[in-house]
Parts: sequence; structure tokens; C-alpha cells
Amino acid sequence: MRLLTHNMLSSNIKGVTNGYPLRLEAEKWSVKEVDLNRDFLTNIFPRIEWKPLVDAARSLGLSSLPDDADPSMLNSDDFLKGFHHALLEIHVEEGALICPETGRRFPINKGIPNMLLHEDEV
Amino acid sequence: MGHAINEKIVGLVTGGRLTGIPFEEETESRRIWGDSKHVNILEEVVAVMTKPVKTLGVFVRPEVEALAELFGAFGDTNDIKIRTLEWRLPEHHHIDSPFHFVNLPSEDVAKNIANRSILVKGIYELWGEGSNYEELKEAINNFPDERKTPYLASDSTFRIIVDSLGKVTSFHEQNERIRGLDYIAFKGRVDLRNPEHRFCLLETDDYNSNNGLPPVVQRRVFFGREVGGANRKLLPTYQLKSRTYLGPTAMDAEMALLMANQGMANPGKLVYDPFVGTGSILVAAAHFGAMTMGADIDIRVVRDGRGPDCNVWSNFKQYGLSMPISLLRADNNLPPWRPGLKEVFDAIICDPPYGVRAGGRKSGGRKILKGMVDPYTVPEDKRTDHIPSTAPYSLVECVHDLLDLAARMLVMNGRLVFFYPVLREDGCTDATFPEHPCFTLVASCEQILSFRYSRYLLTMVKTSAYSNEIAEVAKQMHLEFKMNHLKWLEDGNLHSAVFSLSDSQACLEGKLRLESSKPKYRGKYV
Repeated sequence: MRLLTHNMLSSNIKGVTNGYPLRLEAEKWSVKEVDLNRDFLTNIFPRIEWKPLVDAARSLGLSSLPDDADPSMLNSDDFLKGFHHALLEIHVEEGALICPETGRRFPINKGIPNMLLHEDEV
Repeated sequence: MGHAINEKIVGLVTGGRLTGIPFEEETESRRIWGDSKHVNILEEVVAVMTKPVKTLGVFVRPEVEALAELFGAFGDTNDIKIRTLEWRLPEHHHIDSPFHFVNLPSEDVAKNIANRSILVKGIYELWGEGSNYEELKEAINNFPDERKTPYLASDSTFRIIVDSLGKVTSFHEQNERIRGLDYIAFKGRVDLRNPEHRFCLLETDDYNSNNGLPPVVQRRVFFGREVGGANRKLLPTYQLKSRTYLGPTAMDAEMALLMANQGMANPGKLVYDPFVGTGSILVAAAHFGAMTMGADIDIRVVRDGRGPDCNVWSNFKQYGLSMPISLLRADNNLPPWRPGLKEVFDAIICDPPYGVRAGGRKSGGRKILKGMVDPYTVPEDKRTDHIPSTAPYSLVECVHDLLDLAARMLVMNGRLVFFYPVLREDGCTDATFPEHPCFTLVASCEQILSFRYSRYLLTMVKTSAYSNEIAEVAKQMHLEFKMNHLKWLEDGNLHSAVFSLSDSQACLEGKLRLESSKPKYRGKYV
């Protein structure tokens, strides 16, 4: 699971109102190089919740992202590289996403987050 | 290519296999003809021995239009009504003819379309056509010299291909035909392997035997210069029989690539498949350079596959494609996207589970939804490895959820491409398609699967933004589905309708009786 996915997911348990952002608990992760696509990054940037991305990246020891970001920064190659790296090149292999309201763990196993709810949660 | 062609281009397309029949048994070919104002796409189906041919002839025009839009043929216009092409059939040709004339704004656009299209065999600048070779000669002689001479120069190389639709032309006959073209002032050198210019002489005959081809009333001959041709290596590369990881409903490679074209998959775009399975649709989208994301309710399929080298990831690795950005296990009925997230995907392309070959599932136990038992409370110590039960997912609800998800998650002008099943009665369909205030249906193409059942590939474009009112209506509908789970399930049970034994027996007998007396093409009598 890459951080882009983490940025998009929330806990949708019945009754939960603040299911976002999910807390990332990574046990094992790796870095895999991905070709940088400027168009893609520019298109996706406005859809990203910046703080959850920064927090998730920092929890994995990646501190290069600025606290705040705005679209004008996309013109900077350094920023773009850092954004690309955090968003697409870090793969969480094992761990969990934790619902901020209930503490429910959505396990990440072999890189696949399991977002399916139990019977008593739908 | 600087100069615009404003007379005729004829295109020749050969070798598709949109039949629903295993690859080995298909011997179909297709032709396209066009002109720069009118590109004519000719699609030819050469007889398939014993099995009925179900061509995807009807898919050609929508595909060309989708690609025309992708390659900028319509400029910046956002008006969906303007984003269509002008088509014309050659004289005396059936609507399913492999030959079409179409208006395209430039040779570049025509070339790009031909090179990327799955169904188009080639796009050609038409130099002449006629009912016989005398008429053809006259037409070619009347075609302006300034349009011909640049391609006949003495320092160029060329090749002429002779092809016929509905019959075999012997090598000897082909040579005769080429010699018959001596009135064209070819000055270049012949190069059969790697010519700069390719020309095509194409004949459709006035056969009247029912050989599975679209009926042609009268003989027609075309001659043209190839502007662009199909990539013939594409389908052999992606064919399913060489794919490592397959499921029972993996999408056929040709259809998957076609769907990716309908969805206008391209570099920089994000394509999502909510029923990803073994990833066959996303593989096609990734081939065209799109970023991909997929979800499935079955964790064994997305996570485990059949081992470390036989899973969804390995299918991408096999072809050297970029890995999906994300695969996750999620329920389309209760998607886990954060509230407020919208307009992220450029296309949603999928083959939803309709319960004919594989049934859909959603969260919530069967008995819970029937109201027979209360929800099972999972004990704390068992929560980690608990496998939640799921319930059948009816067709109507599945489509409702898909449209709602797509309306919210697609960017404006983004595309939703999916299959929609339809029952056939007496060999005909009277299909009504799902509608949504955010979407405009731009293409619906039928693929006949059996006497009782066919599926339509629907292409919808998001033309209105997703509003709070629409979200509220969708939420009410979601609850209504949940309350009346059983009723919807019974109404939407496609499997029993498609496979009802007594009916199909009766139909089969009726069909056999009719078949013996009347020629039939694409399930319709002609």
C-alpha cells in the first residue's frame, strides 16, 4: 500500500463520524522506484489531504515534505520529487490502518489493505 | 504530416478477433477505409468454420470516436454533442460492414487512431472506388495529382497489398490485379518488407451465401494509401492463454484493450476498477500508460493469487507494465473512500459481477439481511482473524452503487465504461440502460453471448458535477436496498433467467427450425 492510498481511505464503520485520517502503523515497508509523471502529480495534488500525507511520511522516517503545500510549489523540481517519492515510492507491506475514532485495526497484509467490515460494523 | 488530406482516405483493417470464441478457432479479419475528411473503416469477417461468429462490428465507431477525442480531434469543446464523428457507409454495404467512411480533422489524428485502435485494421486515404475495375480506374485518374505524386516519387519505396472480403484471391490473381494498376504512375522501388508507402486494393464481392459475413449487395472495389495500421503484436502479447494468473471471468485481452480505449486510458491518468479480480482490465489500461487502482471483495484474489509469482502483481510484471498504485480489499457496496474525496479517477472501467457466471457479494451476512438473525457480535479475541460473512449482491444494487461511486469519484468528463447484461427474447433485445443525472451515455455496444443473453458495453461521460442532492438520493436508495434485500435479490436474479432450462429448450428448438429456413446474421434475419 502506498501513501496515496492511505490518503484516500477512511474507516467507514457504521456510526463513525471521524474516520479520517487512519493512523498508519507500519511494520515492514520498502522503497520501489517509480517513473515520475508530472501530469499525474499535478492532477492528483489538489485531491491530496496534505497533513495526513506528511504525518504518514514522517511516521516512516521521511521528513522531507514541508508542513504546508500549495499548487505553486509544483513548479519546483525538488518539491515534485519529494512529493512523488512520498506518494508513490513507499510501499507498506505489513502493518495496519487504525480507525482514529474506534481504534479498529484494518490490517495491511502483503501490501493489500483489508477494508472489509465485520457483520456488526455495517 | 503537414498537409491535410481533404479527399478520400480508405482504410483497411485486418485480423481482429472479437468473437467470444477461443483464439485458435478465429480466422476473422477486418478492414478500414477512410478519408481525411472521411476515413472509411472496413471491417471484414472471414468465415469461421462451425461456430457462430459474434463480431464486435458495432464497437468500431464508438472506439474510433473515443480515440478521436483522445487525440484531440474535437479541440477543446466540452459539448458532448459535438464530440462525435460524421460517418458514411460505402454504397450497398450493410451497417455491420467492415468498411466505413469517416470525417477526421487531420492525417495525424487518423494515424494515431489507427495505430492505437483495437478494432481498426487500418485507415486509408481513398484514391478511388467503384463497382468494377473500369470505374476504379476512372476514379483514381480523377483523384488530384498533387495528392498522388508525393507518394509516387522515384526515390521512395512502396508496396501494394491486394485483399478481398468474403473470398480468397490467389497469388496469381493478386499479381494480375496489381498489374492492372499500371495507369498509376508508380516511380518508386518496390519494397515488400519495409516500404515507405503502403497501398491497398480491396474488393468486396456480391456473395449471397450466408457465411457469417455482413451481407453485401453489390461488388465494390477500393484503392487507397495506408495512413496508419494496427499493431499486430498487441493481441498475441496480451492473450489470456499466456497470462500467468487467471480467474474464471478474466476479461479477454482484446475486449480489455478495447475497454481501455473507450475509457481513454493514457499516461498521467488514473484508472480504477472496483471489481479488479485478476486485473485483466487494469493490465490493458496500464499498457496504454495509465496509472491503475483496483479493489475486490475477495481477498484471496487480490492478495494471495496462486503464490508469490502468480498473482495480480505478477500479471503486470509479466508485461513490464507499471504496477497498480493500489490494490485493496473493499466492498463496492460500502466503499472506504474518505468523505469529501471526489473527482480523483479519470476513468472507471469494470466488468461488474452480475451473477450469470460469477455472483457478486457484499458485506453483511445472508441471514442478517433476511432478518432471520441479529448481527453476530464478533468476540474481541477473534476480531483479528475474523472472516466476515457476505451476502449476494443484486444486479440493480450493484449498478446503483457503481453509478453513484463513479458520479462522485470521476473527474468532469471522466468516463465510466462497464458491461451491462441484457436478456434476449426471440433473438432480440429491448434494452433499457441505467441512467444517472451526472452521466451522458455516449456508446452502447451489444456483444451477443448466447441465445438468451447478451451484454452491452456502456460508455458514459460525466457531464454534470456530483451534488449534495444527488448524494442524498443515493443514500436513501442504499438504505432501501438494505431494507428490501430479498425483494431486490429475487427481481435481479439473472442467473436463473439466463439458464432456465425449459425456456431455453423451447427457444433452441424454435431457433433450429427457423435457422434451417432463413439466413441469419448477428441473430437477425436478413
